[in-house]
Order: sequence, then structure tokens, then C-alpha cells
Amino acid sequence: MTAEEIYNSLKTRFGDAVREAKLDARQPWILVAWNSMKEVALFLRDDPAMQFDYLMCLSGVDYNDGRLGVVYHLSSMVHRHKIVLKAQCTKDNPHVQSVSAVWGTANWHEREAYDLLGIVFDEHPDLRRILLPYDWEGYPLRKDFKVPEFYNGMKVPY
Amino acid sequence: MIESKTLPTSYVTQPGEIRTSSGKTLHTDEMIINMGPQHPSTHGVLRLEIVVDGEIIVDVIPHIGYLHRCFEKHAEHMTNYQQVLPYADRMDYVAAMNMEHGYALAVERMMKIEVPERVEYIRVIMAELQRIASHLIAVGTFGIDAGAFTPFLYAFHDREHILDLYEMTCGARLLYNYIWIGGVSHDLPPQFIDKAKEFCTYFKPRIKQFNDLLTFNEIFVKRCANVGVLPKDVAINYACSGPMLRASGVNWDLRRDDPYSVYNRFEWEPQVGKGEMGTVGDTWDRHIVRMREMEQSVRIIEQALAGIPPGNVQAAIPKRIRPEAGEIYARTETPRGELGYYVISDGSTTPFRVKARSPAFVNLSVLPEISRGAMIADLVLIAGSVDIVLGEVDR
Amino acid sequence: MDALQNLGVWASVLLAVVWSALPIVFILLYALVTLYMEMKVAAHMQDRLAYMRTGWHGTLQPFADILKLLQKEDTISVAADKKLFMLAPYVVFVGTYGAFSTIPFTSLYIGSNIDLGAFFIVAVSSLVVVGILMGGWASNNKWSIFGAMRSAAQMVSYEIPTALAILIAVMITGSLNLQEVTKFQEGGIQNWVVFGGPLPLTQKLLLIPFTLVTFLILFIASLAEVNRTPFDLPEAESELVQGFNTEYSGMRFAMFYLAEYANMFLVAAVAVSLFLGGWASPFGSFMSGPVWGLFWFVGKGMVLVFLQIWIRWTLPRLRVDQLMYTSWKVLTPFLFVCIFAVGIILVL
Repeated sequence: MTAEEIYNSLKTRFGDAVREAKLDARQPWILVAWNSMKEVALFLRDDPAMQFDYLMCLSGVDYNDGRLGVVYHLSSMVHRHKIVLKAQCTKDNPHVQSVSAVWGTANWHEREAYDLLGIVFDEHPDLRRILLPYDWEGYPLRKDFKVPEFYNGMKVPY
Repeated sequence: MIESKTLPTSYVTQPGEIRTSSGKTLHTDEMIINMGPQHPSTHGVLRLEIVVDGEIIVDVIPHIGYLHRCFEKHAEHMTNYQQVLPYADRMDYVAAMNMEHGYALAVERMMKIEVPERVEYIRVIMAELQRIASHLIAVGTFGIDAGAFTPFLYAFHDREHILDLYEMTCGARLLYNYIWIGGVSHDLPPQFIDKAKEFCTYFKPRIKQFNDLLTFNEIFVKRCANVGVLPKDVAINYACSGPMLRASGVNWDLRRDDPYSVYNRFEWEPQVGKGEMGTVGDTWDRHIVRMREMEQSVRIIEQALAGIPPGNVQAAIPKRIRPEAGEIYARTETPRGELGYYVISDGSTTPFRVKARSPAFVNLSVLPEISRGAMIADLVLIAGSVDIVLGEVDR
Repeated sequence: MDALQNLGVWASVLLAVVWSALPIVFILLYALVTLYMEMKVAAHMQDRLAYMRTGWHGTLQPFADILKLLQKEDTISVAADKKLFMLAPYVVFVGTYGAFSTIPFTSLYIGSNIDLGAFFIVAVSSLVVVGILMGGWASNNKWSIFGAMRSAAQMVSYEIPTALAILIAVMITGSLNLQEVTKFQEGGIQNWVVFGGPLPLTQKLLLIPFTLVTFLILFIASLAEVNRTPFDLPEAESELVQGFNTEYSGMRFAMFYLAEYANMFLVAAVAVSLFLGGWASPFGSFMSGPVWGLFWFVGKGMVLVFLQIWIRWTLPRLRVDQLMYTSWKVLTPFLFVCIFAVGIILVL
């Protein structure tokens, strides 16, 4: 299926939850509302024409203008097509619905996005830090991150 | 896995109970053991919290992050795109050429740069040699996990020949900074092709010797068969890739199914696990898939060496790499699986966001699923068969 | 030793002490040689050279290792059970050394010539299990306890094939006293128990398959008794760091190590005395005599020790349940069949 067909199919089914899309880019992407990610994901995985069973990558992004985003790269092993989904939220209310019940791999990827960027994934079974120590404060990958002076009594910048 | 026969109901106990001869029931406790960050067999600084009932594992909770070196944050602060390359090879230090290849591919696609053919052939040769070197470490350390100390040294002996080839070309044995954006840093030295052909003829009987010593050894087969079985649908759902996915019976190899570089010019076959010694997707299958992939890599290298064209080793790229604003996700097949780079550019010379989707990180997340019900001795083998490199897991 | 009655009490005590301390002199010398042999054999099998700088081709390395172990700091973890922790290595060593008392090194020397030799060996070497359990428990470390439990289960299970194999040799030779067993096998290689013993030809030919199998099983079971690969789960470096040895360092670790090497020679010596003719020369009367006897005995023992080292560096390790399976469901039934067959053949 081409990106147009996927977008049309999603638009007819979910209506307003599908916000915008850029279908002429090199890798076309579709922006979905943050609170309907799971429904869209279930549809994309289970619909026989789509069958996006492989979540290649889930990345968190800080767009440097008050928005945080999550980018999902999906591919289908059956139909050999790919699509990119995006979800966005603000820094004041950084919530995105979790898709870890849909693709098992999203579990660790979402933990990493939470750890480095502070995006809270609702309904995630085990949302805690993964790469940084469990008592670290702050979200380092954000563009406005200031390195803390001390961590547990050790001086951080040297 | 322990198989249970049907016993008369008066003998059946629930997990965590012991029925004594006087009819009372004792409750056993589960023990939490820590296979700590420093451990001879966890292949690096990985902490596994194991909840055991006797010797049977109830749950495994991996804790990673001991080797986190902030690759993604560094990439955002480099002055230009080329400076990210040495950081890229330090992520997976065992398969550095493949890491550089993936990043160079992503940036070249974003800038729509066409590299000369000679460069593509050189990159394929280097990537396949690196695949052999990485698999040698994987199978060698897997042998040590099983208790066989000698195959590890045989594997390292062969790896020395590959590292000599690399040292001849770019001066470094482990971390190369060789594959640059738009080409490679140095052309192949004059004696490289002959030495590489010599290596290929030398290496083929060594694989057979290794198989005779370790892979088909009765004790090893009994240890590895039917242990850590990863079913096909779980593998796809957890986005496993590389030998882990292929050993579970899924015939998926990015070099053939999502082709990049010049892999579609060579004749070779992706190796799929068939469950010869046990179930499809057990640790033995992963091991034999790696061994057979090494043979296929030798085939590719020989074909590439025979067909390498003359030419430049650096494309004509602008002095300042400044891609137009946009993003790209490019994936390549490293020895561990699918390595993806998601690069966002905002039109300046510095990358805006570089996310490295490392195969070992994703493959490790399936470890709790496949090790429930195994014994601790099996857990060591299962963790070894996932073939993680902590530098890549933590980035 | 009737001469002892004529000397004074103190002199006889001194003589007894010297007599029983001779094996420890032997063990210390043998440990140095075996340390060197293990590291060189392992290295050459793995396509590398081991130490080459300390002494000629590394011959002084065992001395360096021992010196290092002797001068290390003696650490005992705070939560460890101190008395058991300190006692464990010595219990293990005593278990091994006690069994050396009934091994005939040569026709003139046997520590104590009791009629119960083989039985005594099997009994006393079980003390090693107690020592290992003590060491593992007292370390207060979950991994040590794992190693100790596995080791106890393994050694106790492999006592059965060992004892049954010894029983078969005793059935053929008719005595539990190892000195008598060795004298029985004098006169050349055809008289060794592994080739049927000095019995009439028809009985001998019928016995040979069973004695060969028994010797093989004894060798395998003795690998398990010594905790060597493929049965080295208790000290599996890849899993348990060092098993029950984890918390030990310095002199105590050296004690465990020495006990392990002594145990290696002990099981080799038992197999040699019972099956391979002990100190008897394979050529009959050529090259035989008390001093030659020592040469033959130590030589045959070292061949078996070399075999143990060779197997260690070749094979992977068995898992704990596979280990138990091998002992109870493979080795023991084979030996029962052998006992039956040998018994019938001897009576015919």
C-alpha cells in the first residue's frame, strides 16, 4: 500500500485523531493525536491490508519549541511496506498513550524516551528509567537541559 | 525446560510447596539472586536480577545503563556530521565497521550523494569481514559460557588475521573511523586483495574444525537444544532481528529484503534456523545460524574481491555537509541485527537529532520472555546466545 | 613394623610421623609439576604459549604463583561464619590426604597396610563433600551456596559408580588391600586387571570387555569426584564466579587448590592401583624393584592426570540435571551389568 492509501484508510476510520501528514517527503509521515495512539496502533497491526507487525524504531524528539514528539517507524514483514507515525505533546503536559501492549518492543523504547526526554507514556506496565541511574534528576536529551552540579555528593561537571 | 509427567493428585503440589511425608505442606521461598554488573559471563556490565525457585527461574529483570555514554547528546553538539562517525563506532566496538556504514548510509541518503562503485565494494568487503570477526567473538564466548575454553582461542586466532587486514588498511584494529560520509578514508593497500583471498581460503576449513570441536559435540548439543526457545510471533512482536530472528525460522535479512549498497549483485543465502537438534529457535539454532553466516560472508567477500572496480575512494561532496531540513531512517544489517539511524536535520551543519536503534538493545528486551522456566545454567547460555555488546545496548 | 616395639616410645612416634609425612612431600612436589603441566598443556592445545619468561619456558612460574598466594591478604567477609570458614579448606585437605594413607607407592612403602584399603579410601574421601559444604555455607554468599549444593549432590551421586567399579576390581583380585591387589597384578602387562587379571585364558578373554568398560566408567566417575570439566559445575567460572571458592583468597584458596590437585592424583592412583597394575612393571621382571616401582606408579598416575587435563580443555560442561542423569541412569546400570557378568565369569 502506498502512503496515500494508508493515510486515507486511517482518516476514514479515525477521523479527527489523524491530524496531519506529509506524504511527499522521502519517508512519508502521519501525525496522530497522542491520546488515540493505541487504537491506531492496534488497527495498523491487525488489519489484514496493513499488518504492520514490526516496530522498527520508537524515538523521542525535542523540537526545541515547547513540543516533545514521539516518532514510530513501522514496517510490515508480510506486505513489505513502511510508514512513519508521529505523536506530539507539550513540555507542560508530556503524555502519550503507550503502545507497549501492541508491540512488545515498545516497552523498552518507551522507557528510554521517558528516561532521556521525560515523555510519560500512559498505561505503560513498568515506566522507570532504563539507561540512567534510577535516582537521576532531569531529562538529559532535552535541549534546555542543564547539567546538575552535584549527583549524590559527586561533582558532575569537571 | 522441565517436563512434568502426570502424577496422582495426592502428590501434586503447587509451585512453592513441598509435601512432607506426614502430609503437611511446607512453603518454599523464592530467592532473588543478582548476576551483578561484574560477572565473568554476562559479556559486559549487565545486571540480571533473577528470581529463582531452587534452580528454576521464575523471572529475570535486566538492568542496563552501566555503559551509557550519551551518544545521542554528543551527536547534537558536534560541529558537523563527520565528527559523529568516531562516536558511532564506539557504540558497538566489536562490529565498528557496520556501525559506521549505517550512519554514513543515512547521511548520504539524506543528502542524495552517490558514492563511487569502488567505495561500495570496499564497504561491502569491510562489512563482511567485520561480520565474520564479530561472529567469531559471539561463538567463542558462547563456548566459554558452555564450559568449553578452547574454541574461544581458536576463534580469536582467526580474528587476528582479520584485524591484521584492517590494520593494513586503516591503521586501527578495533575502532577504525574508516567509512566516511561520501567514501572511505584510505584506499586499499596494494597487497590487500591477495591477503584477503588468502584469508578466505584459510578460513573455510577453520569453520569446519570449529564445528567439529564445539557445535556438533554431544555435550554441547545437549546443553543448547530446546533451551531458550523464541517462537516466531514473539520474535516479530519484540522486533528481534539478525541471527535471533532468523534462528526462529523467519527468513528475513535486510541485505536482501531492504537492499542497500551493492549486496544485490552477490550470490549468497540468508541462513534460517530449522530446529535440527531441538526446537526451531533454540540456542543451538542461533549458534549454527551464526556459524553458517560466516561461511556465507566468505562467499560474499570472495565475489566482491573478484569484481572490485578501480576508481576514486571519495565522492565529490561539499566541504560543509549541510543537508536540507528533513529526516530519514536508514537501516542496515549488522552482525547483531537491524541497526537503524534516525537522523533529523534542521538545515545546519550540526545534526538536530540522531537516534541509534541498536539491535542488541532490542534483542535483549526479549530475554525475560524466553528464560522463564529455564535453569540458571541455561540462563547463562540464553544470555550468551542473544549476543549482546553492552556498548551498543547502552550507547 | 615389629622393629617399632624395640625402640622407645618417642622414637616410634617420630618414625610414624615421618612415615606418614612422606606423601605430603610427594604431593607438594607433584603439585608444582602439575601446575606447570596444566598451564603448558592447556596453552599448547589452545594454540598459544603460556608463561615463557619466569625461568626457562616458565618453569619457575608455579613458585611465583605459590609465593603470590602465600603473601596475599587474608580477607574474611564480615557476615561469614568465621570458624567454619577457616576450617573448611583443612577439612577438604584432610579428606583427601587421609585416603593417601592406603595407597601403595611402591612395594616397600604403603602408609598403613590395613586390610580395608579400598573401602577406607571411599569412606575418607567423602569428607571432601563436608568440607565443600562448609566452605560454601560459611561464605554467606548465594553463589557459593549454589556451588556447594551442586558439588555435594554431584560428589555423593558419583560415589556410587566409583564404589561399584572398585568393587569389580576387588572381586577379581579378591582383596580390599591395595598392596595385595598390586602384588596380584605383578608379572607384566597381561596381568593387569584392566586386561582381565592373571586368570586362565578363557576367563580372561571373557572378562576383558567388562573390565575395560569398568575402567572407563571409573575414570569418568573420578572426573566427577574431582570437580573437573565436564563435571565442573560447582566451580563453573562462567556462572558462579568461582562457586564455593568465591570468597576465599590467599592461603586458604591455595589450600583448596592443593586439595583439588591432590584429589586428582588420588583418584588417578586408585585407578592405577586397581586396574593398571600399580607399581608393577609392565615388562614383568625387567625394570622392576622398589625404586622402579615408584617410577612406574608415579608415571602411570601422571598419564591419567594428563588425560584429566586434556579432557578439561576439550569438552564443554554438563548441566546439573544432565550430570545426575549420567550418574544414576547411565553409569550405574552399566556397572550393575558388569558386576553380574564378572561375578558369573569368575564363578565359572
